[in-house]
Amino acid sequence: MLEYISIIITAIFVNNIVFAQFLGICPFLGVSKKLSSATGMGAAVAFVMVIATLVTWLLQHFLLDPFGMGYMQTIVFILVIAALVQVLEIIMKKVTPALYQALGVFLPLITTNCAVLGVAILVVQKDFSLLMSLVYAAATAAGFALALWLFAGIREQLELVDVPRPMRGAPIALICAGLLAMAFMGFSGISF
Amino acid sequence: MLAMILVLTSVGILSGLILGWVHSLTEGPVEEAARRARIEAISQVLPPFDNDPSASVVDISVSGQPKPFRVYPATEGGRFVGAAVESYSMDGFSGEIDIIYGFDAEGAVVDYHVMHHAETPGLGAKMEQWFRMPEGHRSVIGLNPATARVAVTKDGGDVDAITAATITSRAFLGALREAHEAFEIYKKQQNS
Amino acid sequence: MKLLNIIYNGLVRENPTFVLLLGMCPTLGTTGSAITGMSMGLATMAVLICSNMSVSAVRRIVPAAVRIPVYIVLIATFVSALQMLMAAYLPALNATLGIFIPLIVVNCILLGRAEAFASRNGVIASAADGIGIGLGFTVALTLLGACREFLGTGKVFGFEIYPETYGSLIFVLAPGAFIVLGLLMAVFKHFSTR
Repeated sequence: MLEYISIIITAIFVNNIVFAQFLGICPFLGVSKKLSSATGMGAAVAFVMVIATLVTWLLQHFLLDPFGMGYMQTIVFILVIAALVQVLEIIMKKVTPALYQALGVFLPLITTNCAVLGVAILVVQKDFSLLMSLVYAAATAAGFALALWLFAGIREQLELVDVPRPMRGAPIALICAGLLAMAFMGFSGISF
Repeated sequence: MLAMILVLTSVGILSGLILGWVHSLTEGPVEEAARRARIEAISQVLPPFDNDPSASVVDISVSGQPKPFRVYPATEGGRFVGAAVESYSMDGFSGEIDIIYGFDAEGAVVDYHVMHHAETPGLGAKMEQWFRMPEGHRSVIGLNPATARVAVTKDGGDVDAITAATITSRAFLGALREAHEAFEIYKKQQNS
Repeated sequence: MKLLNIIYNGLVRENPTFVLLLGMCPTLGTTGSAITGMSMGLATMAVLICSNMSVSAVRRIVPAAVRIPVYIVLIATFVSALQMLMAAYLPALNATLGIFIPLIVVNCILLGRAEAFASRNGVIASAADGIGIGLGFTVALTLLGACREFLGTGKVFGFEIYPETYGSLIFVLAPGAFIVLGLLMAVFKHFSTR
């Protein structure tokens, strides 16, 4: 039990996927201008990340490993994630139109979100069990959503501030992200 | 429709063939590189020897530790001069740390080599050099864990922890203590 | 002349890092020092040239509806091949860059160039585009790595400029990556919009 709590705290705060591992930066910078869209993106990533980790973990342990095809990992995983996103989009549109309304626009962006592929590869590298992988994926997604949400809040305020011209847009956003990362460094050293 | 399926399948098969070919090409060199890195590390941490330590490797289990430790005994002119021990710690700041420690016949540390770690650059990663630096009580070279207190000063030991990286230091010294225990068990087995 | 123009375009006018803001993850994650940044840039460039050329070569036979999956497979093939070659011949570098090597697959630069350039131009021009964009990426990563290494450890490419004790470690750690990139981007913007 303690092991799982440790994984969760580490993935959300100590080793935050955005601020410490530098994964998923593109959506972090791209979809963080508004708080509402940040919430949607965070939820969509969480959804895809957990399902993708489940599918890729099963593929790795029951297809790639038994046949000694570990070298096909990258190609299989990215195709699975791309297909999964497509399928999810279709299912969502049919079954839960309301949810699709909320998350639909973010789904195509997730295929090239390196956090999803990154987590799928990391759980294989770390040799996690299936349950542990799923917990790790969910916690990582929570960390991503937290980062996105905090950052969107800051950027909404940033809109109202008079920033020197060359710093406007991405540069000042990156510097704010740096300060946030510094705050997250305060969590380092926490361990169980 | 037919053209689509045809193109997709042939691209998939082609890429599978190419990767299989590259894999068969690089399989040997990958193992060779890992083997060479290990042999280099072993020779670095041992006193002068004239046998092939990896030929007489022994796996030693220490109670309470999840994985056995590999002990590479070294002899010169048939006389036992020490051993290299492949040790590890799960208590690193971020993930597992693998270190090879070399001991002389009495069990004093000759040298060490960090094989793999994911510690923070500039902090925990300093362990690669820190524990052989002559300043203060940093160095573990020449210490015999049987007589010296191999722990950080904060825990009542004799070794200065890396500045701002106590967790890594504890993990490093813990791995050293375990390695020494494995070394002692190995010596007892040989003498009985 | 036209080829040089394409290369210049990738290096400055459409610089993937400073102008297009693509491929941010490896840009931040592998630039702890100039040498790792440069290695990552060169690795990406190698894949980009190969993928651009192959996408351009098959552009007439691939039906439009399945072109994205085909591009992804092509890119992933080159990335996996690179990964295996690096594990075999550059194991230390492979360990340093770690997960960012397989993640070249999802680097938006690759799919972006395949779609925006290689699928519309010849093989030679696509190779030139790969070189240009790849160089732009490599230069940006090397510059960022050099700045962080200089501020953090007093070294550039491992050569000591001033004693390490005076460096501020924060620039090598995660927050420094964001801050230095932000400042470099502002400088680039200042000079390019004047």
